Amino acid sequence: MSVPRFWREIPHKYRLLGSKCRSCGAVYHPRRPTCPRCGSRDMEEIVLSGRGRLLAYTVIRRPPSDLEEFRPYIVGLIELEEGVKVLGQIVDCGPEDLRPGLEVEATLRRIRAHGSSGVIEYGYKFRPALRWDKESSSQRPS
Amino acid sequence: MKVPPAIVGVGCTKVREHWGKSVLDLAVEACLKALEDAGNPDVDAIYLGNAASELMNEQGNLVALLADALAIEGIKVVEVRAGDASGSLALHQASIDVISGSSRTALACGVEKMTDVMIQEVERVGMLFEDARTTFHSGITIPGLCAILTKLYMERYGADYEDLVLFAVNDHRNAANNPYAQYPFSIDVKAVMSSPLVADPIRLFDTAGVGDGAAAVVLCGPNDAKRIADTPVAILASEVACSRMSLSEREDLLSIGSLRLAAKKALDKARLSLKDVDFFEVHNTTSVIGVLSLEEIGLAERGEGWKLVKEERIAVGADYPVNTMGGLKGRGHPWGATGLYQAVEAAWQLRGEAGKNQVDGAEVGLTHNMCGLGSISCVHILARWEVVA
Repeated sequence: MSVPRFWREIPHKYRLLGSKCRSCGAVYHPRRPTCPRCGSRDMEEIVLSGRGRLLAYTVIRRPPSDLEEFRPYIVGLIELEEGVKVLGQIVDCGPEDLRPGLEVEATLRRIRAHGSSGVIEYGYKFRPALRWDKESSSQRPS
Repeated sequence: MKVPPAIVGVGCTKVREHWGKSVLDLAVEACLKALEDAGNPDVDAIYLGNAASELMNEQGNLVALLADALAIEGIKVVEVRAGDASGSLALHQASIDVISGSSRTALACGVEKMTDVMIQEVERVGMLFEDARTTFHSGITIPGLCAILTKLYMERYGADYEDLVLFAVNDHRNAANNPYAQYPFSIDVKAVMSSPLVADPIRLFDTAGVGDGAAAVVLCGPNDAKRIADTPVAILASEVACSRMSLSEREDLLSIGSLRLAAKKALDKARLSLKDVDFFEVHNTTSVIGVLSLEEIGLAERGEGWKLVKEERIAVGADYPVNTMGGLKGRGHPWGATGLYQAVEAAWQLRGEAGKNQVDGAEVGLTHNMCGLGSISCVHILARWEVVA
């Protein structure tokens, strides 16, 4: 990926910047110029919470060339609190820890590197939501 | 269409790993076969469908290169690029051209040369057919998207993965009798289930392979059809529809809106109903997409498509013959060529040249080719010339 493109896409990748329709309230990610639900062109930017629930997931065992270093990795379909569905990698756990409905939260991670001299991309991935556990007085995935 | 364009010549290469042939060699081979099949008429236009020659073969402007290699000069040449729907869209544009009278004859060709790059690179290029901002960031591949759909389908409709992959088994059974197929042999569910996982639960034998191939047809207007060919094939409808780009933005992930719309538009345009269609060629990137296609075309209610497959009602000789020459899984899926392979195979059926897989008395066939997970669908309805004449 070129440096200008990476820089241009930082808002939606670092901060989960999406769009909200001023007319009907529908939320989208990444940003988009129009609302397919009501046809409005009046959109505002919205920073998404990054919190949501896992709907389904898969384990990618044959990744594209530039993600080979992460093989195998989990990709989930997540419905965020705002009602928008997004796809993202699930980290800090194994497939055995996952089930539909699991609460997840966004976390900033390394996405891919482009050779030894190219840009290193960062952006959101998801992990099981961290909860304060009174019993053990430690943080662990719920 | 009241006065349909006609297919008067067809040709294709075998789908396989053509190590010794370039993207141009393959296109030329298919085009020369189609032209010879049509009796070598003068060609007024060439429409070429190809998904990614710049990215995989280091060659752009392929259609001009093709015209030059065919020693055809001074005619209209147009390249169509729409991922793995490129082939059917080239056919769509060519049929509009001859029906408009702008060209008397046109050559429509689809080609893809995928083995010039490694499988990881094929996977990467495939991700460009979806919204790349999302696919690259999440790392979701095309089989990965199919995996999510498979899980959602199984959960919502109570099908087992073993039930779904019977779609791939049907493809292979038909491919066994197609000398141009990439995988001309039968497989069973056990073979699918013991093949490696690509994206859980999708297994290797549930995905269309990586292969090279080209297919081409010669088109002309209705007045020239019988002059050029003994058995012309009528294009009764050629319809295109787009739908939401990102799977995750669709109201219902388990619907392919573009296909539902294109199929309905095509049947309306042809003034036919589903019961008039004798066979179907659908775009089964994986089994779940094949099953969903049955539902979107209207052969089964939502959630019931897998039962049609399990009851073997999509076999040649059964109620709704599907992918009669092997489909994407059995014949192979060289992206930009697939839509034209479907047209060539449908023409074989309608000319009575489908050999052991001949659908008895086939008069009308429906083909469906799409891009990625359904951002674009193109549906053609083809018929024996006698049906319209």
